[in-house]
Amino acid sequence: MSLSENEVRRVARLSRLAVTAAELPQLQQDLSRILDLAAQLQAIDTTGVTPLAHPSGAGAPLRNDHVTEVDRRQAFQAVAPQTERGLYLVPKVIE
Amino acid sequence: MTQWEVVIGLETHAQLSTESKIFSGASTAFGAEPNTQACAVDLGLPGVLPVINRGAVERAIRFGLAVGAEVAPRSVFARKNYFYPDLPKGYQISQFELPVVVGGGLTIQTSQGEKHVRLTRAHLEEDAGKSLHEDFHGLSGVDLNRAGTPLLEIVTEPDMRSAEEAVAYARALHGLVRWIEICDGNMQEGSFRCDVNVSVRPMGQPEFGTRCEIKNLNSFRFIERAIECEVKRQIELIEDGGTVVQQTRLYDPDRDETRSMRSKEDAMDYRYFPDPDLPPLLVGADWVARVAAGLPELPVARRTRFADALGLSAYDAALLTASREAADYFEAVLAAAPGVDAKLVANWVNGDLAAALKRGDLDIAHSQVSNAQLAGLLVRLADGTVSGKMAKEIFEILWSEGGDADAIIDARGMRQISDSGELQAVLQQLIDENPAQVAEYRGGKEKVFGFFVGKAMKATAGKANPAQLNELLRALLAG
Repeated sequence: MSLSENEVRRVARLSRLAVTAAELPQLQQDLSRILDLAAQLQAIDTTGVTPLAHPSGAGAPLRNDHVTEVDRRQAFQAVAPQTERGLYLVPKVIE
Repeated sequence: MTQWEVVIGLETHAQLSTESKIFSGASTAFGAEPNTQACAVDLGLPGVLPVINRGAVERAIRFGLAVGAEVAPRSVFARKNYFYPDLPKGYQISQFELPVVVGGGLTIQTSQGEKHVRLTRAHLEEDAGKSLHEDFHGLSGVDLNRAGTPLLEIVTEPDMRSAEEAVAYARALHGLVRWIEICDGNMQEGSFRCDVNVSVRPMGQPEFGTRCEIKNLNSFRFIERAIECEVKRQIELIEDGGTVVQQTRLYDPDRDETRSMRSKEDAMDYRYFPDPDLPPLLVGADWVARVAAGLPELPVARRTRFADALGLSAYDAALLTASREAADYFEAVLAAAPGVDAKLVANWVNGDLAAALKRGDLDIAHSQVSNAQLAGLLVRLADGTVSGKMAKEIFEILWSEGGDADAIIDARGMRQISDSGELQAVLQQLIDENPAQVAEYRGGKEKVFGFFVGKAMKATAGKANPAQLNELLRALLAG
């Protein structure tokens, strides 16, 4: 399966990756080869096989509903680029 | 002129009433200082692992049982990938292909009667944080206290055909999640919010029209208004020769209109895949059975019991089971007022009490007249001590000043006169004093009857038992 340049640009946009025009042809080739591998797997007859959600056969462990965490805001915000009045500051986002 | 049919489906996010988050031990309490309840798991720091909160799963099971759905013995958490600053991991943990609750339904009451709304599914997921867009020197602020709060997303089939039905469903669902105590239902705080999918089609057309989704409606009035605006917009668009484009829209209550948020072309590709950090959620039949044993009597069962065993109308029974508090209040009055007809109790709870609660903007749990106080009053009304009119007065006194009915009756001499000898004496005197009116009445002028009732009520300061008065007066006037 071969991806178009436009499809690669769209995937890059969805992934928030800045891809230069020079990188596009190589990416297009690499991604197409990955899809080829996926197509090879898709071709296998899996009728009657339960989809595997997790390699471990066990169920998820559960925890009781208790508050066990304390406020560690100061420690966490020490490594944040910018904070103010307890908030993490990020480049402006408007819906 | 084409007749249009409206098709509506709802997705509701109910915040589950757990103490801690769905995948971490951080508190879910509302209103804390920003980021003081966002732990390493909620922040998506490297090296942390999510662990599922048993309390959140249990609430999902309660819901599944309450709507007659299948509780999946095995469900799977998936990553829903998108980029937004209030989603620190870059994905939301949700359920996709295998949700914990499958199917079920809810019966709603509308002006057209009863209707069944089918549910598609309900799945567990985590909430995102909150972005604050006021000015931080050209930056946005992010509070992650809400990140990781457990949500149950409840999805219906496109079964509703009007804004009224959609609101009736939302109200019934709101009542139910509070009834089974899985969500506090606080809409101002965002604990219960709805996304509404709306489309229109010519009446009789089997295929659905193109739908638009209106996001994040947090009041019943907004749900109704948003649907009405959106239906009008779609019909006008089609009738003007346009086509509806599938998109996500926002309702603006100030301008009473919906506007586009994003169209399908920019729709995100969420790239769902099973979360490798979380093995499947297994819910055994024994767990489901234990939860079932702990469920209260459900609204539908209680409504049926009120109608069948107590003889209430479907309307009264529905009003009384709109919330568990109302149903409990009603039954408490009934229990404390032996011998009083259930219909009378229902009339008072749905009538005078409901009106007083509405005036005071109170819910029944905060009623200024307790169930014991109302029972005391209704006992005196039922045994004829006071008339209906007096009972209303006493109710107002109970509401504004408190106390109990018997004390008020004694203190204010509000006992109605049911002594036929005493009443007869009063009436005889009136007849003797007004021979002209008696003659008119006997001559066929029925209206004069009211003249005597008025006089008798005045003479007894309104305390005459009205039924008895009518009966005695009629006999005396007949001569």
